[in-house]
Amino acid sequence: MVLLVCSAVAVATTLGILASVLFESFVFFREVPLLSFLFGTQWAPTGSPAAFGILPLLAGTILITVIALITATPLGLFSAIYLSEYATPTLRKSLKPVLELLAGIPTVVLGFFAALTVAPFIRQVGTGLGLDVASESALAAGLVMGMMIVPLISSLSDDIINAVPQSLRDGSLAMGATPSETVKRVVLPAALPGIASAIMLAISRAIGETMIVVMAAGLAANLSFNPLAAVSTITVQIATLLVGDQEFDSDKTLSAFALGLVLFFFTLALNIAALRLVRKYRQHYE
Amino acid sequence: MSSLNAQNPTLRRRRAAEARFRRYGAAALALTSLFLAFLIIDIVGKGWPAFVEHRVELPVTLDSRKLAEKNYDGLIKDAIFARFPEAQSRGQRKAVLALFSHSAEQALAAQLAEAPAAAGQTVKAEVLLSDTADLHLKGLSHLADPAAIDALTARLPVTAHFSWRFFSHGDSREAEEAGIRGALIGSLLTVAVALGLGLIFGVAAAIYLEEFAPKNRLTDIIEVNINNLAAVPSIIFGLLGLAVFLNAFGLPRSSPLVGGLVLSLLVLPTIIIAARAALKAVPPSIKEAALGVGASEHQAVFHHVLPLALPGILTGAILGMARAFGETAPLLMIGMVAFIADVPGSISDAATVLPVQIYLWSDLPELAFRSKTAAAIMVLIAVLFAANALAIYLRNRFERRW
Repeated sequence: MVLLVCSAVAVATTLGILASVLFESFVFFREVPLLSFLFGTQWAPTGSPAAFGILPLLAGTILITVIALITATPLGLFSAIYLSEYATPTLRKSLKPVLELLAGIPTVVLGFFAALTVAPFIRQVGTGLGLDVASESALAAGLVMGMMIVPLISSLSDDIINAVPQSLRDGSLAMGATPSETVKRVVLPAALPGIASAIMLAISRAIGETMIVVMAAGLAANLSFNPLAAVSTITVQIATLLVGDQEFDSDKTLSAFALGLVLFFFTLALNIAALRLVRKYRQHYE
Repeated sequence: MSSLNAQNPTLRRRRAAEARFRRYGAAALALTSLFLAFLIIDIVGKGWPAFVEHRVELPVTLDSRKLAEKNYDGLIKDAIFARFPEAQSRGQRKAVLALFSHSAEQALAAQLAEAPAAAGQTVKAEVLLSDTADLHLKGLSHLADPAAIDALTARLPVTAHFSWRFFSHGDSREAEEAGIRGALIGSLLTVAVALGLGLIFGVAAAIYLEEFAPKNRLTDIIEVNINNLAAVPSIIFGLLGLAVFLNAFGLPRSSPLVGGLVLSLLVLPTIIIAARAALKAVPPSIKEAALGVGASEHQAVFHHVLPLALPGILTGAILGMARAFGETAPLLMIGMVAFIADVPGSISDAATVLPVQIYLWSDLPELAFRSKTAAAIMVLIAVLFAANALAIYLRNRFERRW
């Protein structure tokens, strides 16, 4: 019985998250109409009059996530393919810890690196090319976030590629296909649902990542898809709105919970979809 | 390989494609490793200067009146100006004083408390240089007046030491005095709370789900829930802590207690998943044998299965601890982000943790804080590295093949 209660803590946590986020959001939506929150193009919680339109933040979040995925998907996927199909056992043994080490680096460290090393570098290169680069460009935050996600994609894809039955590979190789043709035409199609779910989990990680964007992306919410401009994200706004002393009844504070609700909803939907996909795929081969 | 095959254009094309594909894979891995190497080199390059500090040995003559008034600041200033007699104007004196740390006063007071000296005597005081003078001597910045630095090195013996201060002092507004002791203790307390609670609830939940749970809708919901919780962004846990632990329960803001509570929920799924895997790895024959000789279901699990699964559970706990140790975002929400110079004494004191300290320092404009930030990162990564190495060691040492 005690054990059952302990396992219920996990459920209680989820309910607690939902309750706290929903409750504060309801209070917020009594003040600010839902439609102006969802479709407003201005985000200025401290301005007068304050504006609470989430679109610029969504745009910023999507922009940085897309940059991160463009970086991480090829790197992670090719790493996984090389490790599982080409690498000798010794090479595999020495390269896996590198990925694990990268996965274990705290995001505040990556944020520091993005803000102090990558962003100035990109700005320098951009200015050299005659481009106008913001000092807190979306590109710097996105690139570093992409590197953060590489281990996630590669380790998940590695598991999935290894789960593809060897008989499929043997069949393809026996027909005279080269290893790369086998990977492209047999292994990857068979592993596709699993890889898709890995990418979904990666998207959810990127959307919810906070420290890298707090340190390396901007605070001003610009509605822009220019990777060289400064944009802000949902997580940046939650963090900055709630840091320091805050009274609990102001729209400004409550809006952070409304943003949290949106974030929770998106990541939960992605996770559930990803888990479903994996489960379906597993049954397929068992 | 026959020459016939080598001339076949289709085959040549396919071989080239094969080689290209292979190179892409190698390049992806090389790029990732390079990124990691560059990150570490960059951090170490920025951080090493913070482990070195420059001090001078300043002879201080103890003026009887100032000593009686405990005017240590005045004593230090007199001693400094005695060495720089040419500094007469206010500006010149200010420039000279800017070479030394403000901490000299307290250091002298502490020194005299430990080894009292009579008035009129001359004592040697170890005086820390200011951050700008220190950086100048390390060749990292030229904010200090070069002429003043030259005069300083000519008249007083400047020595470089390993900066124990970095580990023994709390945070400070003055870059040369700031250390990570407060943040380290805060981290320790927070992680202890998180790990204690996380382990109790996590292992209990794992035992229930793996050994006792009937297959029904309720356990199914719990299981799906744990998987989803593992992927909820950490900042959301901060919102939970703010709304529930701070506002509903009224627990103290900024305290390791609340930080630990939030982090325990954060690492709960990690621990549950690891503990379940460890329990699952124990062969059912162990349990069946115990049941066969008359043990109850509880005895079989707690006396036989659980001890055999402990190394695996421990490995999971260490990895969960490492995650909690490096977490920043949720702790910003619950107020662990304030400037706190004192070292926390208990889990209800206001405290900060190492990752948050890194975040706070990284925002400061002084160049000296930049190297302190990188140095704190080096400490953070070293601890995480040690934790991971320990987990790997335990896994290899106690792993059993059944």
